[in-house]
Amino acid sequence: MDNQPLIACHECDLLQHEVPLPQGGVAHCPRCGAELYRSHPDSMERTLALTAGAILLFVIANVFPIIGLKLSGQVIQTTLFHTVQMLYNDGMRSLAALVMLTTMIMPALQLLALIYLVLPLRMGRVPLHFALVFRTMNAAQPWGMVEVLMLGVLVSLVKLANLASVVPGIALWTFGALMMLMAAIAATFDPRALWAKMAAAQ
Amino acid sequence: MTRASAASLGLLTCHSCGLLSRVAAHGHDLHCPRCDAPLHLRKPNSISRTWALLIAAMICYIPANVLPMMITGSLFGTESDTIMSGVVYFWTSGEWYLALVIFTASILVPMLKMIALTLLLVTTQLRSRWQLEQRARLYRLVEIVGRWSMLDIYVVALMVALVQLKGLATILPGPGAVAFGAVVVLTMFAAMAFDPRLIWDPVEEDAKK
Repeated sequence: MDNQPLIACHECDLLQHEVPLPQGGVAHCPRCGAELYRSHPDSMERTLALTAGAILLFVIANVFPIIGLKLSGQVIQTTLFHTVQMLYNDGMRSLAALVMLTTMIMPALQLLALIYLVLPLRMGRVPLHFALVFRTMNAAQPWGMVEVLMLGVLVSLVKLANLASVVPGIALWTFGALMMLMAAIAATFDPRALWAKMAAAQ
Repeated sequence: MTRASAASLGLLTCHSCGLLSRVAAHGHDLHCPRCDAPLHLRKPNSISRTWALLIAAMICYIPANVLPMMITGSLFGTESDTIMSGVVYFWTSGEWYLALVIFTASILVPMLKMIALTLLLVTTQLRSRWQLEQRARLYRLVEIVGRWSMLDIYVVALMVALVQLKGLATILPGPGAVAFGAVVVLTMFAAMAFDPRLIWDPVEEDAKK
């Protein structure tokens, strides 16, 4: 890799020189206005901490029930996976797959890939299949929709409140927190820092 | 420095890691030297692939709106809910903010997304120089906003799981939900297939003249 400070805008392909940024600065393309890169202070350390937290929350969010219904003294609760199972049992296999992919598999893939890349690099080692895992993470990223699921849960809460009294489950709060952490990861993770670290470790 | 695109100088940007690399010749099967992702000057067959996915989404949009999303069964018979009847239900029962959220996510966003992509495709195919910056901004908006249409799918899934457990009423997912899921996925793929750099390519030609 040569050290030429040239980059091209990923949205309009304008060739330009990279400029050093002040802390917390953002570089935009002068032609189309797309965000080119940001300066993230301690990107690797913060990403690592946030990802570890997010993985923990992800497990809790999937094990515990999201919402429950209280009907004549009985409480019925459902976890996310149970929701997928019910769709599958109703013959809606494509929908079950879609829900499972966007709320469980893709976010899990994204988080695991991220920690797989960042943790060893932090200790000065380059993990196996670095490039492949990086590309997998990028491909999974647009398909993880935890924040949309969160809104869906809230809408369902109001809808169900008309039928019976609703009991918010542990996973509801956990999904809320997970959503915040995923947003924080998106804001702090800097792929440029990752590749720079990777080049230094090799 | 003159305003030149990387492509005009034989430089390729990697879609995955952003590395700029030089290609010696116009060979096939180029890969990024850093992350090994396939490299293209422009996304291959971007316009026709986007059209194909977009038209498929438009076709699915009809059953998604006409067929029921949810079928509620109780002692008093069965009732089918389409997306719009759900919106109307919330609107009339006083929860207008929910009606607004569902209307925006399930009806407005997919429709505007398809209109926006059509506009982008037509203007790009005509090699139009009209409102370049605004069109670039429109594309960015389409990419960000599209995912929120999944909202109704999650609502249906949760309602089905919770209400089925009880003997009083059953809620089954309707065929409209499958069509709607297809619309969301197809429009997301369409937006990914479109290459926003094609918007700016005609400007390059002007500069050469």
